[in-house]
Amino acid sequence: MIPLLKRVAVILAAASFAGALVVAMLDLPAPTVHLPAAVEANMAASGVAHPVTAVLLNFRGYDTLLEVGVLLLALLGVLAVTGVRAAPRAVAPAEPAKRMLARLLAPLMMLVAVYLLWAGAIQPGGAFQAGAVLAAAAVLLHLTGILPGWGAPGPRLRVSLAAGFLIFLAVAGALLARGALLAYPPAQAGMLILLIEAGLMVSLGLILAGLFLLLSRDSGDEA
Amino acid sequence: MSSGLVFAAAGAVLFAMGLAGIVLIGHLLRRILAFNVMGSGAFLILVGLAQRAGGADPVPQAMVLTGIVVAVASTALALALARRLHRLTGRTTLSATDSDPE
Repeated sequence: MIPLLKRVAVILAAASFAGALVVAMLDLPAPTVHLPAAVEANMAASGVAHPVTAVLLNFRGYDTLLEVGVLLLALLGVLAVTGVRAAPRAVAPAEPAKRMLARLLAPLMMLVAVYLLWAGAIQPGGAFQAGAVLAAAAVLLHLTGILPGWGAPGPRLRVSLAAGFLIFLAVAGALLARGALLAYPPAQAGMLILLIEAGLMVSLGLILAGLFLLLSRDSGDEA
Repeated sequence: MSSGLVFAAAGAVLFAMGLAGIVLIGHLLRRILAFNVMGSGAFLILVGLAQRAGGADPVPQAMVLTGIVVAVASTALALALARRLHRLTGRTTLSATDSDPE
């Protein structure tokens, strides 16, 4: 156990750290660069009408590119840690009413995901939210015993998992020929962003679902 | 004090709570949760500070959206590692002999 003295010292240190942070934030001068205005000024060239999507996939596209890489790495890490097991176990089937509900909800969730992807251009939404809904549908199907946990991913699944990152990378590489990484030509920007987001939605949905379904295939208790 | 600053201050408190949790809690599952509390604090600070002058700023919002997804991925990896440790050794805490003799 942690001695009382250490416990008190850590809590006091954390409290004073929080206090110092708050005081520093109160003293913070107004920002010299007004980013919302800069975003607003360049919205016309971004290819989409929603500022967050424009920042995410156009102005700061390389952040998103690397983020998808990080997600893929995390999935590889989970695969490496859990080991490859050939026969995934299915969860015990749920009651018929729950199974029925899951079967009804899954296609609706796919519809919502595609809507979110499309809506991302003009209002809150986008590939990440769409991918999260897809992953939630997979988890729902898994928990009701319809979809078994993942074993070793086959070639088709591997390609789908990496497709979002690869499409993004291909677009970035192709645009590099024009001079800068991910500097879309304004006329095609909307099209390219939709292409990237569609790839991202599928891959993100599968990666997020995979993080759950790979961890779920072994209970962790058995040797 | 604008509402943005209130969010940022709450974020600072959450960050400090998560930090203290990581130091004080031995159980890995709770430590992962503390890490997530800490991350949520950082996100609140980012979004709150950016809108302390008024309107929302899309740039930190996009950054936080990126951060949330990365946090989910790192949490899943941490959980996988914690389960692996539990399966191999039966323990749910890190060994005390490596760095923290008591």
